[in-house]
Amino acid sequence: MARLVGDIGTAEELAQDALVAALEQWPASGVPERPGPWLMATARHRATDLIRRRKTLERKYDELGHDAGRAGGSHDLDAAIEEDVGDDLLGLIFMACHPVLSKDARVALTLRVLGGLTTEEIARGFLAPVPSIAQRIVRAKRTLTEARVRFEVPSGSDRAARLASVLEVIYLIFNEGYSATAGEDWVRPALCEEALRLGRILAALAPDESEIHGLVALMELHASRLQARVGPSGEPVLLLEQDRSRWDRLLVGRGLAALERAQRLAGAMGPYALQASIAACHARAATAQETDWPRIVALYDALAELAPSPVIELNRAVAVGMAFGPAAGLDVVDALVDEPSLKAYHLLPAVRGDLLRKLGRFLEAGAEFKRAALLTENTRERELLQRRAAQCAAERMAG
Amino acid sequence: MRVLILAKEAERSEAATPPTPEAMAEHQKFNAELVKAGVVVGSGRLASSAQGKRVQFDGKKRRVIDGPFAESKELVAGYWLWQVRSMDEALEWLKRAPYDGGTFEVREVSMHEGV
Repeated sequence: MARLVGDIGTAEELAQDALVAALEQWPASGVPERPGPWLMATARHRATDLIRRRKTLERKYDELGHDAGRAGGSHDLDAAIEEDVGDDLLGLIFMACHPVLSKDARVALTLRVLGGLTTEEIARGFLAPVPSIAQRIVRAKRTLTEARVRFEVPSGSDRAARLASVLEVIYLIFNEGYSATAGEDWVRPALCEEALRLGRILAALAPDESEIHGLVALMELHASRLQARVGPSGEPVLLLEQDRSRWDRLLVGRGLAALERAQRLAGAMGPYALQASIAACHARAATAQETDWPRIVALYDALAELAPSPVIELNRAVAVGMAFGPAAGLDVVDALVDEPSLKAYHLLPAVRGDLLRKLGRFLEAGAEFKRAALLTENTRERELLQRRAAQCAAERMAG
Repeated sequence: MRVLILAKEAERSEAATPPTPEAMAEHQKFNAELVKAGVVVGSGRLASSAQGKRVQFDGKKRRVIDGPFAESKELVAGYWLWQVRSMDEALEWLKRAPYDGGTFEVREVSMHEGV
């Protein structure tokens, strides 16, 4: 855009104007029913608008005896606009995911402004009351204005951190759909679809960023299992028990291709590409028995080094248990039991219970599953954990 | 939701005349827009039906029929798989496609249990 108007300051002003106009228009007219075409149509209007303004500007520049400073002739205009539209969308994503906003606010604003979801849909997605979501969005916009957040695609040293924030928001949205933390449903595919779509858009707009492709790969691969993750009556089906013929081969293929792109672009894989590589190990295994667990352990080792976190360590424990036996896995888990951030995390006792059960320690295993059932807020998951606790009791009697 | 778009513009694909560079450019532009909007999840163009086969099932019998096939209006020349939020959104996109002939069928890909 700077190239179009030949002045960074003016370009920024124009973009800011357009965004303010959009932000004002959305609450009034409501986000349109069909956000996909709408986004493009808006982009079109904006572009036409810009040309008109540019012509006015050019005239002004001419009056002042300046050259508008365009890089090419008018034949390049179309290409320039195309690029410009992409940049505007990117700018919007970066703005909605600005670190000045809380995570919740970033998620809500992104779904509203970029996903085109209504406040009601967002509230339903996150099981929050409609007024509090509405409030959250209003406050987020105010915060952006007050913090004088600039409408721009960040570059230089800022870019990596800002991009990380964008990816985090998209992944949060995906995960809330993939394993709903609370409520009646185990999965909410609409949120996954929305996150995937945002990821694909981002990958098309910024094709050189390895971690975007890594995140898209991770989401495509996980989404490929969405249908197999839910049993006939809505109950969760765990990865190793899934009917792999129900995995969506199209998404698997897309995921593996995105992972390849991520790997090609980066010297070393980032955290998303590493997680996608782990998901790819599962995708490539025709049966659960064929899973390459040692490789998964190695990938978790790399991930734990790059982005250490108790949750990753817990996942590593599962992989170690599969690769080197339940006792080895239990050692890893036991090092985590005093971890404060996992105190209320239901998967810690669930994983521990699973390993204890494999070791034949049914009494302890049952107690862990019961504890896990108390900690989860998702109804479906609670039922599953209660069933596993009951199984342990039965196995203990039988043993 | 996912929709399958069947491009029934058989005359063109059967004639096997390559599209003009202008038409190609327009198609590429439209496709690029779709990709940037995160809509396309898959697509393909089919070779002429002369190279196609059909397998007819009749009880235990299987009969292989060689192309080309006669019902040219119904012949599929290509397909798209789109991820959209509604049928309306799919239609909005499709109506903007740079075609001047043919019929395009939009069908939802059923994602329910037991598929």
